[in-house]
Amino acid sequence: MKTVKVSIVTPDGPVYESDVEMVSTKAQSGELGILPGHIPMVAPLEIGAVRLKKEGHTDYVAVTGGFLEVRPEQVTILAQAAEPADQIDIERAKEAKQRAEENLQAKQDNIDFKRAELALRRAMNRIEVNQYNR
Amino acid sequence: MASLRDIKNRITSTKKTSQITKAMEMVSASKLSRAESNAKAFVPYMDKVEEVVASIAVGAKDATHPMLVSRPVKKTAYLVITSDRGLAGAYNSNVLRAAYNAIQSRHNSTDEYVVMTVGRVGRDFFAKKEVNIIDSILGLPDQPIFADIKEITSKAVGLYADGAFDELYMYYNHFVSAISQEVTEKKVLPLTDVASVSNKLTSYEFEPSAEAILEVLLPQYAESLIYGALLDGKASEHAARMTAMRSATDNAKELIDSLSLSYNRARQAAITQEITEIVGGVAALE
Repeated sequence: MKTVKVSIVTPDGPVYESDVEMVSTKAQSGELGILPGHIPMVAPLEIGAVRLKKEGHTDYVAVTGGFLEVRPEQVTILAQAAEPADQIDIERAKEAKQRAEENLQAKQDNIDFKRAELALRRAMNRIEVNQYNR
Repeated sequence: MASLRDIKNRITSTKKTSQITKAMEMVSASKLSRAESNAKAFVPYMDKVEEVVASIAVGAKDATHPMLVSRPVKKTAYLVITSDRGLAGAYNSNVLRAAYNAIQSRHNSTDEYVVMTVGRVGRDFFAKKEVNIIDSILGLPDQPIFADIKEITSKAVGLYADGAFDELYMYYNHFVSAISQEVTEKKVLPLTDVASVSNKLTSYEFEPSAEAILEVLLPQYAESLIYGALLDGKASEHAARMTAMRSATDNAKELIDSLSLSYNRARQAAITQEITEIVGGVAALE
């Protein structure tokens, strides 16, 4: 099966590098699936999971604040933060989720509200991706 | 001439100081190697972001974004990166002098500029000069990760987007080698020289549109520029501290040598004097 090289890069260094058969993720304009030989493309990503299919199994990576750069032979995901499912600190994510929920309940201030909402989405994303951890 | 005991005391205290400076040198050396590898880990990310930004800026000429356009400058912001602690040789004073001189020569009134600082030394310096400091970060860890500085970078970029200032310059020490750091001025915003960055460009499809991507990408790009400078500054800080502490240790060693010499002389003089006195005493008895 044809594969495409995928690398996920953050400011703190590369997080994931591998040859995969398909990349699927959620862009701001909707779900995207990338197969090898895709035309060059750039798309911003939602806070969410990147699913990387290879050799019969799927790797999951939680991604925050990223965008996707596609070339026929190479897919690069640039993100401010990214963690593979097995490296997620689930306790921390749960704490962050709880904190964000409390802030959402308490605060009426607009900016803090937005910030708490984003924090909640990040935490929920991490918890969700962690469930795919084999 | 100083007494034997005085000299002895000075030798002991200098020895203790040199032990401390030696330890600090070694600590900085190990921090430096980690800071260097952090800076290296950041390079692939930065290269990629730069490449994509350049491709979009060149490939989609009709797409514009406020951050790409120079507007008339009414207010300039300076981001000055210093350290929290001293004992780093000329690390802080160099960058502060460069920034302060530039500000003095460019602006006539204090309304024309604001300053953001990283590090206690920079904050104290500008506070003393009564410069308008709009933000300062203290206690940045030795090995910063992106989340640590997200706040100042997004604030800087956000303020620019809101029109609080029209230009953003960065002052930091660029890490050249372990013994040499260069004060660097870098214009972060507006992003005017993006297009010249890369020459191997790909023409992309934009999903949903070039504008929407610039909207996400450019703030990230500007933040990465600042983060890169911080990593660079940290590496320089450790290098500068290491060099400063090494020369302090060397100086202490020299001082100890010359002190031991005068200690031995003084001891010999005391012995000679005693002998002379004894001989004199014996002679007087005969």
